Amino acid sequence: MKLKGSDIMMECLLEQGVDTVFGYPGGTVINLYDSLYKYSDKINHVLTAHEQGASHAADGYARSTGKVGVCIATSGPGATNLTTGIATAFMDSSPVVFFSCNVGENFIGKDSFQECDTVGVTMPITKCNYLVTDIDDLASIIRAAFAMARSGRPGPVVIDILTDVTKAEAEYEYIPLEEHYKYGKLATLMKRPTHNLKPHEPEGDIDKLVDMINESSKPMIICGGGVVRARAHEEMRTFANLIDSPVAITVMGGGGFNGLDPLTTGMIGMHGSQASNMGIDSCDLLIAVGCRFAERVTLDVDQFARNAKIVQIDIDRSEIDKNVKTDHHIIGDCKRVLEILNKKLEQQDHSKWKEYVFSFPTETKYEEDGETLTPKQVSDVASEVLPEDTIVATDVGQHQMWAIQHFHYSYPGQLLTSGGFGAMGFGLGAAIGAQIGNPDKVVLHVTGDGSFRMNCNELCTEEYYNLPIITLLYNNGALGMVRQWQSLMYDKRYSQTTLDRGPDFVKLAEAYGVSGIRVHTKEELKLALEAALKDVKENRKGCVIDCAIHANELVRPMVPGGKSITSFIVD
Amino acid sequence: MDNSIKRIHTLAVLVDNEAGVLSQVSRMFTRKGYNIESLAVGVTHDPTISRITIEVHTDYERACLLCNQLRKLLPVHSVKLLNNDNSIKRELLLIKVATPDIATRNEAVQIANIFRANIIDVSKESITIAVVGDNDKNAAIESLLDNCTILELVRTGIVALERGMNTIDEDTKEKGEFDYGKNVL
Repeated sequence: MKLKGSDIMMECLLEQGVDTVFGYPGGTVINLYDSLYKYSDKINHVLTAHEQGASHAADGYARSTGKVGVCIATSGPGATNLTTGIATAFMDSSPVVFFSCNVGENFIGKDSFQECDTVGVTMPITKCNYLVTDIDDLASIIRAAFAMARSGRPGPVVIDILTDVTKAEAEYEYIPLEEHYKYGKLATLMKRPTHNLKPHEPEGDIDKLVDMINESSKPMIICGGGVVRARAHEEMRTFANLIDSPVAITVMGGGGFNGLDPLTTGMIGMHGSQASNMGIDSCDLLIAVGCRFAERVTLDVDQFARNAKIVQIDIDRSEIDKNVKTDHHIIGDCKRVLEILNKKLEQQDHSKWKEYVFSFPTETKYEEDGETLTPKQVSDVASEVLPEDTIVATDVGQHQMWAIQHFHYSYPGQLLTSGGFGAMGFGLGAAIGAQIGNPDKVVLHVTGDGSFRMNCNELCTEEYYNLPIITLLYNNGALGMVRQWQSLMYDKRYSQTTLDRGPDFVKLAEAYGVSGIRVHTKEELKLALEAALKDVKENRKGCVIDCAIHANELVRPMVPGGKSITSFIVD
Repeated sequence: MDNSIKRIHTLAVLVDNEAGVLSQVSRMFTRKGYNIESLAVGVTHDPTISRITIEVHTDYERACLLCNQLRKLLPVHSVKLLNNDNSIKRELLLIKVATPDIATRNEAVQIANIFRANIIDVSKESITIAVVGDNDKNAAIESLLDNCTILELVRTGIVALERGMNTIDEDTKEKGEFDYGKNVL
């Protein structure tokens, strides 16, 4: 049947099973929005306050549901506003397809109104990107884009469509998802010599690891973001229990291994627990699953796991030996690799080694004076009041580290955080996406006053769509993480990190039509959270809880960058 | 060999013959702040595939990292870091020399002959010499012609192939591993 380009796009979204998209209209995407109007019974469009919010929402939706997120923006500023969101998805391997339109063929390359080389701008921050100049390619490119976004190591894909293409007409034929690979661009990709090879069978590599495990008396596991993307938490649990090894969890690995499991040593790296970092330092075999050894994890690479043989399990071969030299690697989807591995392993016992590792604390204790709220108290109260499967979306900074250290995650997609790119302002957008993707779950947005101020405009989206998100604001009146560095390494010269300014977050929340409350003590917080939870269930109404935290609170422990992983400057 | 010594490394890259691919490949060098010393691109015997030859000045370890980052790109089929001892490298050099008098012209023609170069254009006041060679040979002719006035000089960039039966397409375990991550199913 003959369809308009914009209608073909809608049909292609339906082929992929997409029922929710996030975005913001504009001049060049007007045809897409005209089609969205027509398809509004099948595709729900969520209008955000800003394209950046939409990009994070699509990302949060993807991370929490495991489906591909979709985001739409107009040319020029619309597309450039997406870039922080695209880069965030890229660094954390989140599958999102971003659509933007560009000016018409007659205007492209002429510095026309709202023109931007979107493909050029987004090239370094996408898995791949496309410029659609011919309507006959449109369906084929969209099908390829979705396949690319979710296959292999997932990641964002950008499709920039010339606005002429969205109004031109072409023949469209429905193709079921399972058969996409037989046609068009995907068929060409499948025919490449590289695809004549069977997916690499890592059996021999796995046998070698089994031998290494059998020889080891002090094994240690790192659970990275790959475990979360592959949803391999069950396999991970079996694996850790079989070899009876402590498991350190990276920021991106939160949810890949149950944070309450007795084998967990907690977070690893710059703000890692003593148990994790000491374990890494003393182990004789380090098995990193879906972890790319970012410098926030390894710190000084030369001293990292200096007594251990290092084994890396990853889907992306280019991660092997990139940051840390390894002794062995296995390439594959970690769910599949762990499945095979678990079948070949016998139950081991490393009680003595575990005793040593767990002689160090897995979590920092904070001094309490009974009057001011400590970060640990905030998470303790929240964990006590909120359901266990609450999804937590964080922004970036001290609160992010506290949320990862003190909340315990038990399934992939429960923790949504900008680990790689570290984009402040990620949280609220991600929480919106997560709440839309998981309407029955409680979504907690953990933020700081600095991060919240960046994208708090999305409170209007939260209110309009009745998304009952609870925002837990760690308000210390400072850009806490930078201030912490200034405290410890810059002789307390607090350059531009004191946020002694508005707004009044309670009034701000109320202005947006959600509840707001400021709390100073544990008891007040508990009451506020209970009331918020009631409001979530009964009225589908969101809430901002502004928690007074002292500006001198530090994220503890801390190892400064470039030093050995055990050189704690604060315990 | 010390892996941290910086020297010229030659990379051969097979890519999809499509718009934007060269930009993606060259971006990898920009990202790391490397200057591309030489670049040659052309279609191969398969019209859907182009071969890019790049020379970059860096140490061995970083050259390997660059190769790995390139292998990860979807339009890249294979990458090989060519071994200097085991590969042949050639570049075409065109040099336009001013020949205001017969003596200069004779000298230029003689130098060209010694290097088995071709005179591909002659005018009253200039000749253009085409020479094919590796970096050393081309540098030598360039420096000898320096006595004459060089009006223009252009080079195609180095192209290189391995000696013997070795090809860039070898089906190694490592290649299988890179391809695994690029599977589109």
